[in-house]
Amino acid sequence: MSTTVSPIDEVKTTPWAGGRSPFAVEYGKMMMWFFLLSDAFTFSSLLISYGALRFSSNAWPAPDLVFQSVPGMIEHGAPLVFVGLMTFILIMSSVTMVLAVEAGHRNAKKEVIGWMIGTIIGGLMFLGCQALEWSHLHSEGFWWGAIPNMETLKELFHGAPSTTYAHQFANLFFTITGFHGFHVFSGVVINIIITINVLKGTYEKRGSYLMVEKVGLYWHFVDLVWVFVFTFFYLV
Amino acid sequence: MSSETIHTEHHDDHAEHDTMTKKRIWNVFFILLGITVIEFIIALWLVPQHHIPVTAANPIYIVLTLFKAFFIVAYFMHLKFERIGLVFAIIVPVLFIIGLILVLTNESHHWIDLRAF
Repeated sequence: MSTTVSPIDEVKTTPWAGGRSPFAVEYGKMMMWFFLLSDAFTFSSLLISYGALRFSSNAWPAPDLVFQSVPGMIEHGAPLVFVGLMTFILIMSSVTMVLAVEAGHRNAKKEVIGWMIGTIIGGLMFLGCQALEWSHLHSEGFWWGAIPNMETLKELFHGAPSTTYAHQFANLFFTITGFHGFHVFSGVVINIIITINVLKGTYEKRGSYLMVEKVGLYWHFVDLVWVFVFTFFYLV
Repeated sequence: MSSETIHTEHHDDHAEHDTMTKKRIWNVFFILLGITVIEFIIALWLVPQHHIPVTAANPIYIVLTLFKAFFIVAYFMHLKFERIGLVFAIIVPVLFIIGLILVLTNESHHWIDLRAF
């Protein structure tokens, strides 16, 4: 009986040697990552078509002229203030989400509930702001396939206004922010479901708050997409 | 052999618990907020006052946005602390997106010559 094991018979323990997941993450979490990757491709295709159309245009509605009102408060002369508020709300709700995940690691049920409710409120506030923003643009005359009259358009371009590019802007703006807003809405619904489960003690019984972590990934992704939408629609 | 496996798993567990503390979360938040404030300063003051041209501002916005994206993905989404295999599985496909961006921005500069309006 020899006790030495020949190198070829030795059981390897490297991540890719088999017998266990090389990614060392739970199945659902890995699938969430791959779903987010596919969602990133969808958003990218939308944003890339926006970029290609805008780069190939001779004129474009200027962001500092289109987005210069705070609905219900300031009509003109406050460019980017309202969208700045929206960005702050969404980043803030991302922080409360990650704090909920952190509390989940410590199995602190009450803290998880508190931060989750904070995240839901942040999401609802963002949706409310977006509704105001949409209704403001709609009252100016923008909608899918609809643009304001020439008088209004002159105020929205730095140079000569173009109805073609105003149409492109309207369609792309409502499609892309709408698709993002739909993601925020789904995120809020999912967060509410998870919060109810936390309240019921589902994850306490399970012994891990991994589900909070998974919806957290989705929520941060929504925040991530907004960072890009914000840059390409409002800043550039 | 099994004791070694247990040891490495334990080590990973420990590393993960170490990574996202409350202090670190708020640090990342202030970095994100700071970058956004810089973007606003550029958009509302530097460009309108003609301190820097728009053509210089746009690449700056994109670089700053990529910084924000890095902080969100690496820290909030915890990817920095995952196994390298998962990191590559997520990051490498994104290179295709960057490829498409490069192709289509280049292409759109030619479309502008084809436009009749």
